[in-house]
Amino acid sequence: MALKTETFILNAGPQHPSTHGVFRMRLTLDGEVIQDVEPVFGYLHRGIEKLAEGLTYPQDIVFTDRLDYLASMTNNQAYVVAVEKLAGIQAPERAEYLRVIMAELMRISSHLMAVGFLLNDLGAFLTPLLYMYREREKILDLFDMVCGQRLTYNYMRIGGVSQDIPEEFIPALKKYIDSLPGFINEYEQLLATNEIVLIRTKNVGILTKESAINYSAAGPVLRGSGVKWDIRKADPYSVYERFKFEVPVGSVGDIYDRYRVRIEEMHQSIAIIRQAMEQLPQGEIQAKIPKVLRPPKGEAYGHIEGPKGELGFYLVSDGSTNPYRLHVRPPSLINLTALKELLVGVKIADAMAIFGSIDICVGEVDR
Amino acid sequence: MSILGRNVLPLTVHASVLAPDWPWGFWSHMIIFVVIVMAFVILMAMGFIWFERRVISRYQIRIGPNRIGPFGLLQPVADVIKILIKEDIVPLNVDKIIHLLAPAVAIIPAIMVFAVIPFSNGASLVDLNIGILYIVAISSISIVGQVMAGWGSNNKYALISAMRVIAQVVSYEIPLALSIIGVVLFAGTLSMNGIVQQQSIPFILLQPLGFIIYFLASLAEVNRTPFDLLEAEGEIVAGYNIEYSGFKFALFYLTEYTEAIAISTIITTLYLAGWKGPFLPPVLWFLIKVFAVFTLIIWVRATLPRLRIDQVMGFAWKFLLPLAFINLLITGVQVVAWPDLSQWVIVAVNIVLSAVLIVAFSRMFRTKGDKVEA
Amino acid sequence: MKLKSYGEGIAKGMLVTMKNAIRDPITTQYPEKRLNISRRSRGNQLVWNKTACISCSMCARACPVNCITMVTSRDENKKLQMDKMDVDTGVCISCGLCVEACPQKCLFMSRDYEKAVYSRKKLKLTKEDILMTDSSKPSGYYSPENETKLPKQTLLIDGKKWDK
Ligand code: SF4
Ligand code: SF4
Repeated sequence: MALKTETFILNAGPQHPSTHGVFRMRLTLDGEVIQDVEPVFGYLHRGIEKLAEGLTYPQDIVFTDRLDYLASMTNNQAYVVAVEKLAGIQAPERAEYLRVIMAELMRISSHLMAVGFLLNDLGAFLTPLLYMYREREKILDLFDMVCGQRLTYNYMRIGGVSQDIPEEFIPALKKYIDSLPGFINEYEQLLATNEIVLIRTKNVGILTKESAINYSAAGPVLRGSGVKWDIRKADPYSVYERFKFEVPVGSVGDIYDRYRVRIEEMHQSIAIIRQAMEQLPQGEIQAKIPKVLRPPKGEAYGHIEGPKGELGFYLVSDGSTNPYRLHVRPPSLINLTALKELLVGVKIADAMAIFGSIDICVGEVDR
Repeated sequence: MSILGRNVLPLTVHASVLAPDWPWGFWSHMIIFVVIVMAFVILMAMGFIWFERRVISRYQIRIGPNRIGPFGLLQPVADVIKILIKEDIVPLNVDKIIHLLAPAVAIIPAIMVFAVIPFSNGASLVDLNIGILYIVAISSISIVGQVMAGWGSNNKYALISAMRVIAQVVSYEIPLALSIIGVVLFAGTLSMNGIVQQQSIPFILLQPLGFIIYFLASLAEVNRTPFDLLEAEGEIVAGYNIEYSGFKFALFYLTEYTEAIAISTIITTLYLAGWKGPFLPPVLWFLIKVFAVFTLIIWVRATLPRLRIDQVMGFAWKFLLPLAFINLLITGVQVVAWPDLSQWVIVAVNIVLSAVLIVAFSRMFRTKGDKVEA
Repeated sequence: MKLKSYGEGIAKGMLVTMKNAIRDPITTQYPEKRLNISRRSRGNQLVWNKTACISCSMCARACPVNCITMVTSRDENKKLQMDKMDVDTGVCISCGLCVEACPQKCLFMSRDYEKAVYSRKKLKLTKEDILMTDSSKPSGYYSPENETKLPKQTLLIDGKKWDK
C-alpha cells in the first residue's frame, strides 16, 4: 500500500534564529526535504533610496552606513566613489590610502562575521562566532579610534575622509595585522579539518559557474564558484592598481569553497593593508570641494568590491544639491536570487547552512 | 545458573535493599532514598546548569553568569524563580491532554533512572540485580514525552523535531545496548553495584571501543551536540518545546539536564569504576567522576557543529552498529576463551584493536552530500 | 563524500577550544570596570559653547534628520542671538555632521554614553541642557584641541589594561 503523504509549508522567518535578521522564507517541505522556496523580504525596508532624494549629497553618506551595517566603511566608499565620479572630484592620495586601509579592515571584519555565522548556522554553539567577535572587536576599536563610532562610521567624505588618523593608529594597526594571521590559522585548526564541518559543507549547496554568472552573483559567492572576478582587479578604483594581491577562487562552488574564499581573502586583505601602510603618503586628506556641492547634470555609476560582492551606487543629478535619484546595487539581494536553485532538494539543516554561506545582510537586502 | 564460574542472569528478579532491620525498615529506606535521589537530581541539575554555563563560557573566552550569589551560584535559582512566575501559555489548537501530560511523561523516567545508581557501595534506592537492563528500558521512555510534546503542540517546528527524535533515539538505542553488553560480559552481573565491585581496573581500559560507542550513542540519546537535532535552534528554532512556557518548559529543561546527569552517572558507573577510588570517600569520588564526564560533554558541545539528520542516522547504522557488534564479538571471545588471562594483556589488546577498527571503519564510512532529487 | 582524516580534525579543534579556555576572558565587567572610550567618541548628546556661537544655524541645516530646532532673533545691536536650540536626542543619529558644519567650532559631540532616561520627553534637550559647563564632556571629534587633552583609548589589542 502506498502511503499517502503530503507536503507542508513552513515559515522560516521573519523571526527565526538563522535568517540573519528579518528575512523570511516560505518553505514547502516534503518531510525534511525542501520542495519549493519563496523568499519574502522587505521587513526592514526603510526607504533609504527615497530618503536620499530629499537630502544633500554629503548628508546621504550617513544613510549608506545603515545599508549593510556589518560593512559600513565600504558602503561609505562606494557612495563617495559614485559621487566623485558624478562631480569629477579627485580625492588626495593620502585619503585614498586611508580609504583602502579602512575598506580592507572592513572586509576582514565582515568576512569574520560571515564565517562565524556560517558555523553558527551549522550548529556550533556560538564558540567560533565568539572567537570571531573577539577579533572583530579589535577592528572596531581601530575604527572607533579614527571616527568615534563602532558601527555607523560615517568616515568617508566626498573628496576625502572626515579626519586624519591619530598618531597611535598606525602602531595599533601594525600590531593587529601582525597578530591576525596567527589567529586565522588557529581558527583554521579549529574548523577547516573538522570532519563534521567537512561533511556538512563539502558538495552541499553547489552553485555552478554558469548559474553563478547567470544570476549575476558577485563577491565570494561568485568566486567560490570558480569565476575570477574582482572589481579591485577588473575595474580598479582608488589606488588598488598599486598593490599586489591574489584573487582566490574556489573550484566546486559549494559551501566549503565559499568559506575558503573568505578565509583566503582575509589573508589577501592583510597583504593589502601591509602594503598600504608602507606606501601611506603624507599630505592633505580632503580635496577642495565647494561648500554646497552641486554636481553637473548627468548620471554616474560607481562600484567597488564590497565584502559581500559588487556594491554599486547609481546616481542621477539634475544639477541641484540633492540627488535626483539614488539606486543601490546591493550584493546581498542579488546573490540571494540564486537561493531557489540552491535550496530546492536539500534538507532544512542544509538550507540554513547554504543561506548562511551566501552571507546576506538584511539591511542591505531591504534598504 | 553459571557459566565459567560467573553468575549470569538468575531467572527471578529480586531487589536487595539494605538495612531493613528496623521497624518499617523497607519503607523508611525507600522514603529516605527517594528524598535523597530527588534532592540529588534537582540539586545536581541546577548545579549542572550553572556549571555548564560557566564552563562553556570559559571555552568561549567569556566569564559566564557571576552576578547572583558567590560565583553566580544562585543563578539557576533565579532562573527557576523567573521561569515559574511566567504565564503558562497554552496555544489555541493544541491537543490539550497530550500537551499537558508531555512534560510529566518526559521527566518521570529520567528521574527513575537514578533509582539503581550506586552513589557509594550499595547506596542506591534499590540494588536491582537487573539494574542496567532497567536503565536501558526506562531511559528511552523519556522520548515518548518529547514526541507527545511535538505532536500535541500543533506546531510544525515541534512536529519536525518529534519525527527527528523518534528516528534518532530508536537508531541509537541499538549500539547503546550492545556496547553495554560488553561491560556486562566482563562484569558477569547486571547489577549496577555489582558492576562497580567487579572493576578492579576501570572498564574504560578493558572496553575502550565500547566506551566510545556508548559515549557517542548516549550523546545522541540525550540530544547533546553534535547530535542535538532535536532542538537545533538554527533550524527548527527550539524543537519540541517551542510551544511551552512557564512550569512545563521548566520541566523539559530539567529533563534535559537530568538525562545529561544520568548518562554521566551511568558512564561513571559502567566505565570509570563508579564510587571506587583511593583516599577520598566513595561519594566524593563518584561526584568527581560525574563532573569529569560532564565536562567532557560540555567540551564537545563547545567545539562541534551539528550533524544533519541523514548523517546522524548513517553514523548510527553504518558506523556505530557494526562496531558495536564487533566489540561484542571480541569481548565474548575474550571472556569465553581466555578467562584467566591477565587483565592488562586484554587492556593492551583491546586498545590496539579499537584503534585499528576505528580507522578501518572511518575509511569505509561515507555520507552523501548531494541533493535529493525533488 | 569521502573523508581524508578520521577524527584528527575534531581532536585538533577540541585542543583549540581548550587553549582558548585557559586564556583570559575578554569580558569587561562593565559598571565596575570601564574601558577608556575613544577620544573622538560620538556620544549621544551635543555640547554647545554659547559664547563662541554666532547663531548661524549651519548646524541645524547640516543635520540629516532635522533634530536640531533653532529659533534666532536680532537683538537691539542687530546681533543674532539664539532664542531656542532644541536637540532631540531621541532622533539624533550621532552622525557628527553638525559638529563638522559649525564655522566657529563651538559645537562638540559629547563623550557621555550613559544617557538613559525614563521618559521620552526628557530626550528633548534645550539649549540649557547642552550648554558647555565644567561637568560636560566634549569629545575630540573634529576638534584636535580637545583630543590631545583626553585620556588614551584602551585597545583590546594591547591586552588587559582596563583595571582602572
Ligand atoms: S549628530 Fe547628526 S543627527 Fe545628531 S544633531 Fe548632529 S547632525 Fe543631527
Ligand atoms: S553652527 Fe556653530 S556657530 Fe552656527 S549656530 Fe550652530 S553652534 Fe552656533
